Amino acid sequence: MSAAWPILGAALALGIAAAPAAGEEVKAAVLRIDSPRDLPISRLDLPPDDLGFAGAALAAEDNQTTGRFLGMEFALETRAAPPEDAAEALDTLKAEGIHIVVVLADADGTLALADRAGPEMLILNAGARDERLREEDCRANMLHVAPSRSMMTDAVVQFLVWKKWTRLFLIRGSHPSDEALADAYRASAAKFGAKIAEERVFEDTGGARRTDTGHVLVQKQIPVFTQGAEEHDVVLAADEQDVFAAYLPFHLWEPRPVAGSAGLIPVTWMPALEAWGATQFQRRFERLTGRPMREEDYQTWLALRVIGEAATRTGSAEPSAIRDYALSDAFELAAFKGQKVTFRPWNGQLRQPVILTDRHVMVSVSPQDGFLHQVSPLDTLGRDRPETACTAFGG
Amino acid sequence: MLPALLLSALLAATPALANKVFVTNERGNTVTVLDSTTWERIADFPAGNRPRGITMSPDGKELYVCASDDDTVRVFDPESYEEIRTLPSGPDPELFVLHPSGNPLYIANEDDNLVTVVDVATREVLAEVPVGVEPEGMAISPDAKVIINTSETTNMAHFIDAASYEITHNVLVDQRPRYAEFTRDGTKLYVSSEIGGTVSVIDMTAAEPSVMKKITFEVPGVLPEWLQPVGVKITADDSRVFVALGPANRVAVIDGRTDEVIDYLLVGQRVWQMAFTPDEAFLITTNGNSNDVSIIDVKAEKVVKSVQVGEQPWGVVVAPN
Repeated sequence: MSAAWPILGAALALGIAAAPAAGEEVKAAVLRIDSPRDLPISRLDLPPDDLGFAGAALAAEDNQTTGRFLGMEFALETRAAPPEDAAEALDTLKAEGIHIVVVLADADGTLALADRAGPEMLILNAGARDERLREEDCRANMLHVAPSRSMMTDAVVQFLVWKKWTRLFLIRGSHPSDEALADAYRASAAKFGAKIAEERVFEDTGGARRTDTGHVLVQKQIPVFTQGAEEHDVVLAADEQDVFAAYLPFHLWEPRPVAGSAGLIPVTWMPALEAWGATQFQRRFERLTGRPMREEDYQTWLALRVIGEAATRTGSAEPSAIRDYALSDAFELAAFKGQKVTFRPWNGQLRQPVILTDRHVMVSVSPQDGFLHQVSPLDTLGRDRPETACTAFGG
Repeated sequence: MLPALLLSALLAATPALANKVFVTNERGNTVTVLDSTTWERIADFPAGNRPRGITMSPDGKELYVCASDDDTVRVFDPESYEEIRTLPSGPDPELFVLHPSGNPLYIANEDDNLVTVVDVATREVLAEVPVGVEPEGMAISPDAKVIINTSETTNMAHFIDAASYEITHNVLVDQRPRYAEFTRDGTKLYVSSEIGGTVSVIDMTAAEPSVMKKITFEVPGVLPEWLQPVGVKITADDSRVFVALGPANRVAVIDGRTDEVIDYLLVGQRVWQMAFTPDEAFLITTNGNSNDVSIIDVKAEKVVKSVQVGEQPWGVVVAPN
């Protein structure tokens, strides 16, 4: 490393080296890969057609307003494609000269796009929470704005430990993603000194969710299913496919709170959040889109704000310049979470607080007080540098 | 012994004139009135929904309050506490600054990316200036020629020509700029960045304003994430700059010549805005999470008292002599 680096860093930090080049056009796209999914348990969770795109539209306005003062232009495309057309959609964007793409897709789809994109493109993962994308399958051209599963499970377990509710009854679904989530909860429990007192699997046997008298069966089945478990303080649900967790609260055999996929839920965003100046942000979004903001919207907004911030500070529209700045010590971004968000340089994961909610109000935010870290309390959430399996970032 | 000492210190430093101190209580929807000699709470009156920014006419006859959730600026009689009238403010007014002559009022509209200029006498909107995303901090240069607005998501200080209402310069600062304040001699502008954790010192003497220094903060035992600068106040001789550090529960004391931090004063919880008494003997800080204000003896650079006010105090202004 040359001696010029610290000087450049200091100049960047003072914001004086970055004389933004007038006339630069920053071209970015949001590519959403729509896999077939079962209907959610609650019709309140039905995905709107503009899921993710609405957040992108707000970010485009924010970036454009900022760019206007610097003579920079921000162009945004939003595209949706089924999984079989994903590669073609990416090729089309590339052919149109769009080299920065925010991706909302599952882990396999996201990884395939990152590999297809190649080093001249920058992918921002705004959807997939799978650990492996940040670890053994990390890619140098991919940053992760979406938190990893372990960041979310650490956020929940930190809160439970803070409450001294450390005996956990883990109920997981039967899908592979439920197993991955249960793995993350087991690791979080071990990390923070909680104990999985009992674990059960709720089999997904299929069937229609919209049955007229389904609640009658739920009220009979869930107590029986949860009967006779080892002593526990809280039920932890691992149900990424939204098959059963929503039925757990109030139907358990023992009167216990539920956390995880129902009850106390870890989220990146919720439309009731008013702390940290979020009220104005919620109102701007609702006025623009006519609906409350979802996590996917927040994550695409955040990904595009990362691009906007890096482009504004560097004066560059180049994916490599934006990536390098985002990963540098100079990068910081206000994200309506009460503290700046920054990237982990060893795997491109965005550090961020995690909101815990009952979906009506914010209950708490993790990291919790007292969980200390030598670099940042945010690094108590998710896998830390010494444990990383990622080598693509030169770590 | 200690109370007696405090009392004598208070008596010694206080002139005969008592001034009313007005504190907006964001959650309580009230304004609390204190007496600046006895520090007694003398009144509370309703101030509309979510009162935040507060200022006063130079003659002390009108009190202006941003009633954010009412989308209006309410004007109160500081004697009777009756509402005299309202001013059109644009949506969600949060902070404003009054022209040194007492008119017009420059208001930041957080929801609309605008600065609204209002004639306080005729209630006429004189101009709407498009600025960055989430405008918040407002300042006016001592010669009244330049209006400053800070935009929290765009992360800029916008320089607005007070005659033409055109933006002349935009200076990038750190994340979430909350407040701007000029030195009395007009040579420097301080802009606090809440999430960036810094105060940018902008040189006003060159042809183009530019950041000459960034002040950073460090308090042993306080996580760096909680050092969140918000309110800034500068003594009339420009020798001391006070910066409220939000959830760090500290006010930083900065040497106005070197821009180095000299000391940190422990105040109440989540300290945001501040105001001097007219003689600058005292600086009052609003502490949103402990529902009180701290009184700082400016000369001694010590906190001498805290006074309970309403729910979630936000802004503060002291009546002129």
